[in-house]
Amino acid sequence: MANLLEFRDPIRARALADALARATGDVGREVSLMHVCGSHEQAIAKFGLRSAFPRRLNVIMGPGCPVCITDQPEIDEAVVLAQQGARIATYGDMVRVPGTAGSLADAQARGATIDTVYSIAQAIDLARETTDEVVFFATGFETTAVATAAVILAGVPKNFSILSAHKYIPPVMEIVAEMPDTRVEGFLAAGHAATITGWGIFEPFVARHQLPVVVAGFEPLDILAALLKLVELVRDRAPAVVNMFPRCVTREGNRNAQRQLWQVFRPIGGRWRGIAHIPNGNLRLRDEWAAVDARRRFTIDLASLWRHAPSTLARQCICGNIMAGIASPADCPLFGGACVPDSPVGACMVSSEGTCRIWHQYGGVPNLGDVTCPI
Amino acid sequence: MCLGVPGLVVEVDDLSAVVDFWGVRRRVRLDLVDEPVATGDYVLNHVGFAIRRIPPEDVKLTLEMYEQLLKEADRNDLMAADVRGEIGGSAKPEGRR
Ligand code: SF4
Repeated sequence: MANLLEFRDPIRARALADALARATGDVGREVSLMHVCGSHEQAIAKFGLRSAFPRRLNVIMGPGCPVCITDQPEIDEAVVLAQQGARIATYGDMVRVPGTAGSLADAQARGATIDTVYSIAQAIDLARETTDEVVFFATGFETTAVATAAVILAGVPKNFSILSAHKYIPPVMEIVAEMPDTRVEGFLAAGHAATITGWGIFEPFVARHQLPVVVAGFEPLDILAALLKLVELVRDRAPAVVNMFPRCVTREGNRNAQRQLWQVFRPIGGRWRGIAHIPNGNLRLRDEWAAVDARRRFTIDLASLWRHAPSTLARQCICGNIMAGIASPADCPLFGGACVPDSPVGACMVSSEGTCRIWHQYGGVPNLGDVTCPI
Repeated sequence: MCLGVPGLVVEVDDLSAVVDFWGVRRRVRLDLVDEPVATGDYVLNHVGFAIRRIPPEDVKLTLEMYEQLLKEADRNDLMAADVRGEIGGSAKPEGRR
């Protein structure tokens, strides 16, 4: 296991943290950086990295939790389809996320059939075993959207269709960069999404906004090293894309997967829960695939649900501000009290990639001293 | 949902493969990888699909990272739970080794 020390070595961690402090000091003011990946937040919280960050470095989790940014009306569509008798298959966390008037779990309690799957391939197997209409509620970013695309291209059973709530990350970075009160000066991009898209996709973004992007892996030292790189780029006013995860990420990415993605999906504008309308942020099926598009196959009567107002508690949820980087779970009066993983009020407390859930699990901003240096 | 998990290809047929994840065998689809995959290769998998053939020189380090993650994690660890989810549910089980 000698090699692991490369990722966990406490001496290198200390050296990186010191370099990070120096670089941030050189900038001479507060620096805010954003990452857009639940797994990055998991690693930052789990290893207590925040307490190793210099005081003037602010690392914000942006809209990187696919469950959290699925909008209420999208969940409502799935709930209505379930109530109309379709069998809904979806990824685990989606079942508990509240829509306008309830979650899929609520629909299930009222008699609807909901199946949790780890892969869309399992949903296809389900459809083969039944004559019921099976609708796959397809959520997640490009990493799961490519799987949906592959399944559609390979051909699906007649009783199978897709309700796409897939989202595409690059456009939301544009929105965050353009927010008038944004403080974000650089982005940490998720290694595995970039495995698909390639790091080259960030070049136009960097050129447009003059903000650096660093592609990072998920080990503590990966993240520290990538943040150091970002701060250096901010300090030197040298916006660029830097790939710090070359083991997994190439400039072109996975061309085969990209080709399938765009053969099946087209980007359209749509709301990301709590954040904003994101131009080109949603992935919808192209016209050629109308036959497997649940939105065109069924009439989905959402109006029936919208007579119910969201609960008073839900109206206090600030997930949106957290994902936009202008608040943290500590700013939410419900955090850890009325809102906990067992009875979540907002989507950010449901998903293992949601900021509130992660902070709750690992104790908010835990102390680095106890956890970073186990070796 | 965005971590992925590495596994060893033990059998390939056309568009899918049987992949061994630390003793758990799953059928994984090969539609998305962008280079040919053969028995003995390691692939990075996500939601039941191989998304990348791991270059041989990177295999050891990649496996060690995940082993460490799984080994030191308690039941409540979110990252490890996501990885176990990927292993546990990639597709239909193909039996244990
Ligand atoms: S703690 Fe709960 S209610 Fe508050 S922002 Fe997070 S998810 Fe929303």
